[in-house]
Amino acid sequence: MQIIIVGCGKVGITLTEQLVNEGHNISVIDLDSNVVTSVSNEFDVLGVTGNGASYNVQLEAGLDHADLLIAVAGSDELNLLCCLIAKKMGNCNTIARVRNPIYSKEIDVIREEMGLSMIINPELAASYEMSRLLRFPSAKKIDTFAKGRVEIVKIAISEGSPLCDHSIMELLSKYKYDVLVCAVERGDEITIPNGSFVLKEKDIISVVASPRSSSQLFKKLGIANSQVKDAMIAGGGEITYYLASQLLDMGISVKIIELKKERCERLSALLPKATIINGDAIDQSLLLEEDLSHSEAFISLTNFDEENILLSLFAKSVSNAKIITKINRISFDTVIDSLDLGSIIYPKHVTAEYIIRYVRAMQNSIGSNIETLYQLIEDKVEALEFVIRGESPVVGVPLERLNLKNNLLLCSINRRGKIIIPRGQDELQIGDTVVVVTSHKGLDDISDILA
Amino acid sequence: MNFSMILYILGWILEFEAGFMLLPCIVAAVYGEEQGIVYFMVAVISAFIGFWIVRKKPKNKVFYTREGFVVVALSWLLLSFVGALPFIFTGEIPKIEDALFEIVSGFTTTGASILTDVEALSHTSLFWRSFTHWIGGMGVLVFILAILPMTGGYNMHLMRAESPGHQVGKLVPRVRESAMILYKIYFVLTLSQIIILLIAGMPLFDSLTLSFGTAGTGGFGIRNDGIASYTYAQQTIITIFMAVFGVNFGVYFLIVQKKFKQAVKAEEVRYYLCVLITATLIIAVNIKDMFSSFGEALHHSAFQVSSIMTTTGYSTVDFDLWPSEAKTILVLLMFIGACSGSTGGGMKVSRILILAKTIKKELLSLIHPRSIKKIQIEGRVIEHEVLRSVNVFFAAFMLIVAGSVFLISFDGCDFSTNFTAVAATINNIGPGLSKVGPMTNYSHFSAFSKLVLIFDMLIGRLEVFPMLLLITPATWKKG
Repeated sequence: MQIIIVGCGKVGITLTEQLVNEGHNISVIDLDSNVVTSVSNEFDVLGVTGNGASYNVQLEAGLDHADLLIAVAGSDELNLLCCLIAKKMGNCNTIARVRNPIYSKEIDVIREEMGLSMIINPELAASYEMSRLLRFPSAKKIDTFAKGRVEIVKIAISEGSPLCDHSIMELLSKYKYDVLVCAVERGDEITIPNGSFVLKEKDIISVVASPRSSSQLFKKLGIANSQVKDAMIAGGGEITYYLASQLLDMGISVKIIELKKERCERLSALLPKATIINGDAIDQSLLLEEDLSHSEAFISLTNFDEENILLSLFAKSVSNAKIITKINRISFDTVIDSLDLGSIIYPKHVTAEYIIRYVRAMQNSIGSNIETLYQLIEDKVEALEFVIRGESPVVGVPLERLNLKNNLLLCSINRRGKIIIPRGQDELQIGDTVVVVTSHKGLDDISDILA
Repeated sequence: MNFSMILYILGWILEFEAGFMLLPCIVAAVYGEEQGIVYFMVAVISAFIGFWIVRKKPKNKVFYTREGFVVVALSWLLLSFVGALPFIFTGEIPKIEDALFEIVSGFTTTGASILTDVEALSHTSLFWRSFTHWIGGMGVLVFILAILPMTGGYNMHLMRAESPGHQVGKLVPRVRESAMILYKIYFVLTLSQIIILLIAGMPLFDSLTLSFGTAGTGGFGIRNDGIASYTYAQQTIITIFMAVFGVNFGVYFLIVQKKFKQAVKAEEVRYYLCVLITATLIIAVNIKDMFSSFGEALHHSAFQVSSIMTTTGYSTVDFDLWPSEAKTILVLLMFIGACSGSTGGGMKVSRILILAKTIKKELLSLIHPRSIKKIQIEGRVIEHEVLRSVNVFFAAFMLIVAGSVFLISFDGCDFSTNFTAVAATINNIGPGLSKVGPMTNYSHFSAFSKLVLIFDMLIGRLEVFPMLLLITPATWKKG
């Protein structure tokens, strides 16, 4: 597809990288010519310097052939204007990033009236991701497929866990639950395991299962899986507001620590049920005074990545709380992964992932058959959901007789609402929805799983 | 420096060159010439070595600007070296420096020759010589980019390092598609020239080789008297096509897309045509006494101006005999060159335009010290970075010209020979004045001077920096 991306900030560049790798033709627009030059040097894209809301600039970026315009520039108003112009003059699909909560209340009206295809609020998206994690605190990450019927849950194997030192085959015969281990991270190494793979302590495994089977399994393994009862949030920004209101709705009590008095007052007005503490979250004694050691969840959402990392490490050392760390800017993935920061949320990745999911779905209508796509392990392993629409070489053959690609696993089949965790004897049928976990990129159709 | 990636691309260069060399083999088969066997052997061996190199892809695909520049420079050296082999093995140009000079002159679309008797060459070698113009005109790496599905950000570095002009814009988002579009335009234009020449009664072999020479703005002829013995109609066709290939190909893309307004607005092309027409008229007036009619003077003036400005280097008459006003204009045109984004050489009209505007701006800032003025071309602000690179390009270019003139002066030729020899090679034109004039050749230079001129041709074609980067020690240091 021909895609125009307006704004080359963090999200813009993440999107560019992903979409170029997926084979789309990208033009980027930014006001800063240095940024445009560096992006077009790094990726195979057409760079245009100028105001993205200008019709001529959009034309130069190829509006007349564009299928989609994604506006992720700094200002909400600019993004909306970009989309409006692209929609009216170029008649292409549009996605805008709008983060001001004042607009987000009216988001549906705006979207409909302006003819936008999608409006994404990064803070809101990140907060959804976080509240999902607090619902199931043992998981590092949860993705859902097949309209919530299948989950991929990422958990770390703790010391002395009954999973340690067993092969996946043994575990299956021992626990007899319909679950499948679809990816294992051990240090830097990522494996898509087969039955004889032996799990070790500190491995991070991704498990595919229906929500029921997974909760039964985790109960059996002695892993806590009921939602937290209270949560402490450091920092009172926009994400905090969205997250707190969702948590309060779920019946979780929320304590927010925020430095600025005015913001505290504003939060208190918006969230009457939350406890708002006016103080500096980086103050140890304040955290302990507010009983951090007995909190069930701690979420660091200050504006400074470094502060968030330190806060999370401190919370880890004094409590057993479920910890979520927000990281905005820092990109030393390997260093961050080696720290014990609990679940890490990168709002820019969340935003990019939402948009890419939309792009995939859009391409779906033009030829590719991907329903949903998740980055299971950042940039390395993806989980894709395919629909089998018609005859295909993979249909009607027992899975063990299919010559599948290496590093690829069929994780679940959704057959008219029934979830099957596939074994060698199972066959695919027309109309099935299949979840595939793989480290290969750019799969477009279910038949691409064959070697 | 990512050596495995560099080697991998060089492997593909060998593969493609082997492919290109099959064409002269076909010519050999048609004319029943035994030289074809040599070409075939060289092609097979280089294909074999190339295949051995590219059989596995390098793991490390990290590729930066410096790798791009080094690859381009090395590719052209390799291309020239392998391309020169058939000349040596067939014994048609036995000396290695001569064979290299001839082939580099071909690939860089210079068209300067060391051959005293062109007509003595076999059809096979004549074809190969002219065909290298066609490959070199648009660039061999651009050709590879158009054909091979190479993904990754690095291909832009390759395209930028190989394509002429101060800034290389893509026509469409993907490098591969841009390269494909450029080659399509190139191919269609070349084909039309071949057909029109055939209609005008030129033999097939002549129209093929001359069209390759025109398209790449090269200038190798296949007769000792250059283009002089063809009919006026055929010469006029070549005049027009030379001018056509000197235009930025982006303009043709706009025309194909029916964006005529934008195409007409192209500032560089307007100035290019202005200079072309003005120079033609001045020279025509200047030389009118040497011809029987003003029309004839205009015809030869137009041919020569078009040939020199687009850096092709064909000649219908010995312009070395023209008055010095006319010769001076021609030498100045050599340095201006064609448009950026065309197949022509020289410094490019756009750079001259930017330099002129910079001077005007500097004058303005002397008169109004606190004034701020941004230089614009086609209503677009030229960034400071671009200005700086144009200025540095100009300085480096002139220093290299001066240095080369000094180095070849030891051969004992007169100044105008030395100066125009360097000007005609670094600007990729071919013929100069005096002892390197259109009716003479470069064979009298010493081996050392030939090497200097070979270097100049590559400097000119690759626009200075790739070659300089190659000989800068810091490029090869670790870290």
